[in-house]
Amino acid sequence: MTLMKPLMGAAASLALTAGAALAEPALIFDLGGKFDKSFNEAAHGGAQRWAEETGETYREIELQSEAQREQALRRFAEAGANPIVMVGFAFADALGQVAADYPDTKFTIIDMVVEGDNVRSVVFNEHEGSYLVGMMAAMASKSNTVGFIGGMDIPLIRKFACGYAQGVSAANPDAKVIANMTGTTPAAWNDPVKGSELTKAQISQGADVVYAAAGGTGVGVLQTAADEGILSIGVDSNQNHLHPGQVLTSMTKNVGNAVFEAFSDGADMETGFSVMGLSNGGVGYAMDEHNASLVSAEMQSAVDDAAAKIASGEIKVHDYMSDDSCPALSF
Amino acid sequence: MDFLTIIQLLDSTVRLATPLLLACLAGLFSERAGIFDIGLEGKMLMAAFFSAAVAAVTGNVWLGLLAGIGSSLLLAALHGVASITFRGNQLISGVAINFLAAGMTVLIAQDWFQQGGRTPSLIGGGRFTPFDLPFAGSVSGVPVLGPIYSELLSGHSILVYIAFLAVPATWWVLFRTRFGLRLRAVGENPAAVDTAGVSVVGLRYAAVLICGLLCGIAGAYLATALQAGFVKDMTAGRGFIALAALIFAKWRPWHAMGACLLFGLLQAIALRFQNIELGGITIPVQAMDALPYVLTVVILAGFVGKAIPPRAGGEPYVKER
Repeated sequence: MTLMKPLMGAAASLALTAGAALAEPALIFDLGGKFDKSFNEAAHGGAQRWAEETGETYREIELQSEAQREQALRRFAEAGANPIVMVGFAFADALGQVAADYPDTKFTIIDMVVEGDNVRSVVFNEHEGSYLVGMMAAMASKSNTVGFIGGMDIPLIRKFACGYAQGVSAANPDAKVIANMTGTTPAAWNDPVKGSELTKAQISQGADVVYAAAGGTGVGVLQTAADEGILSIGVDSNQNHLHPGQVLTSMTKNVGNAVFEAFSDGADMETGFSVMGLSNGGVGYAMDEHNASLVSAEMQSAVDDAAAKIASGEIKVHDYMSDDSCPALSF
Repeated sequence: MDFLTIIQLLDSTVRLATPLLLACLAGLFSERAGIFDIGLEGKMLMAAFFSAAVAAVTGNVWLGLLAGIGSSLLLAALHGVASITFRGNQLISGVAINFLAAGMTVLIAQDWFQQGGRTPSLIGGGRFTPFDLPFAGSVSGVPVLGPIYSELLSGHSILVYIAFLAVPATWWVLFRTRFGLRLRAVGENPAAVDTAGVSVVGLRYAAVLICGLLCGIAGAYLATALQAGFVKDMTAGRGFIALAALIFAKWRPWHAMGACLLFGLLQAIALRFQNIELGGITIPVQAMDALPYVLTVVILAGFVGKAIPPRAGGEPYVKER
């Protein structure tokens, strides 16, 4: 036993120094899981791209519960991973507590702002991208009623809904937006059955285009929309291929780029606040062979025009999170 | 609220109540025989995955259903071995099954399909299609009764009809057959059954396997009829709501149907109307979501009659000391 202790201590410190010397970057996925066909998967894609281009490796973990957030952060920081990228607003509290304890480690949080000298906060102007797909929805709708289905009811998802509603009323002031949230717990991200029922409920109220910003629940929304013969709009990643010819477009959020940049910058990454919007390609809408027949040239030119105006500041899209209210939609 | 909205609401109620009803009847068989089962959720999830996986690979939804039932039976047998043969704690075994299912489904799905813990979307014969009752199309023009028949009763998946037929079947088996009498007796006083020369272990295994069968159908319904594929954790707590419904129904089949339809209706209302205005008061959607649990607590607290579980429930039967 007396001999074991120093031996184990030596082994442990060796492991620590080995970790520090490598300084691999690390990526922490949120509860939605690495392959949610959406937000987390986009982050995974960015990390994979970095790994392929540089030939280096990175570490990753998929969280299973809320309690693991701080633990995972500390584990990676102790092991010498640098930078540590986490995807999801929910890391804010954990990072706020951990960041100061590891001043030499750089952290990147996506979708939330955390103060700290060693933290880069990347937020996306989802309301701008949602505005564009809202315009497309309003132009594609024949019933003048469009739907929105959110995942968990949090300010971030309301930001999507609010931008969408503004886009809808910009393209067609008479159009009606029906907005529903799936739930108030994290289970709302993975309940496609509820997503289906919400879609059916919206269809029976006249909606003929639905926009799903709901993680795994969105799979059920898109499926039901395709079954019932109406159009749907995907989110975060390009989801047009899920039901070719029946997904109008997808609001893309370049989470992968944010991860890629953080990994490329490595340990000397610049910290602070970074906004990814229409002007720098952070958000947008997806066009490919699967939805080419659904989007008319007229629609596309109107949306591109609006995109240019938003980028130049001519059109201001209200951000729900700036004052927790939405002029175009009541929740 | 117009007539058509009510029909649509009830239609949604039927769809949402079906998995609850199947799981609730599953729990009913098991608990009436004295085996508590909080692993309904896990069995449904496992069945949902295997039914979707096999249906995706073979393109035949009936093979999928069989695979779903088979996987659920396997977990049920595991629960049986742990809690009947080895006399382990039934709650612990149930929790273990839930964890096992949550982890295994994603792991196997990732290994087989590399789509991140989900199965490919089911197409064509890989899904249960709506089943039209005879004359559904021709009577839809009849006022009031027409829409009720063609919209509400017709056009569901065949599994929905199986679920609702399972209610009278359960009642008949439990209350009108010798097997049912013994099964109920084994949940109240297993020693008496043993004295009569009937195998307690055999009866309890039978009950647990019937539970597995019904959970299998419930899981297959979620993945191949309501949805077109498996997504991780897609049961989303329905197994626990079914348990709540079982307590609410005081372990009786017809009441179980009533409880599941009520819970389904509450969900349907919550999905259809986000916030309900009632005479100046706004009821938020969260209140509707919580209502099934609140009602169950009220029942358990003994405000509305008493919910008395089978007396020997939760206790392994020891023949000799």
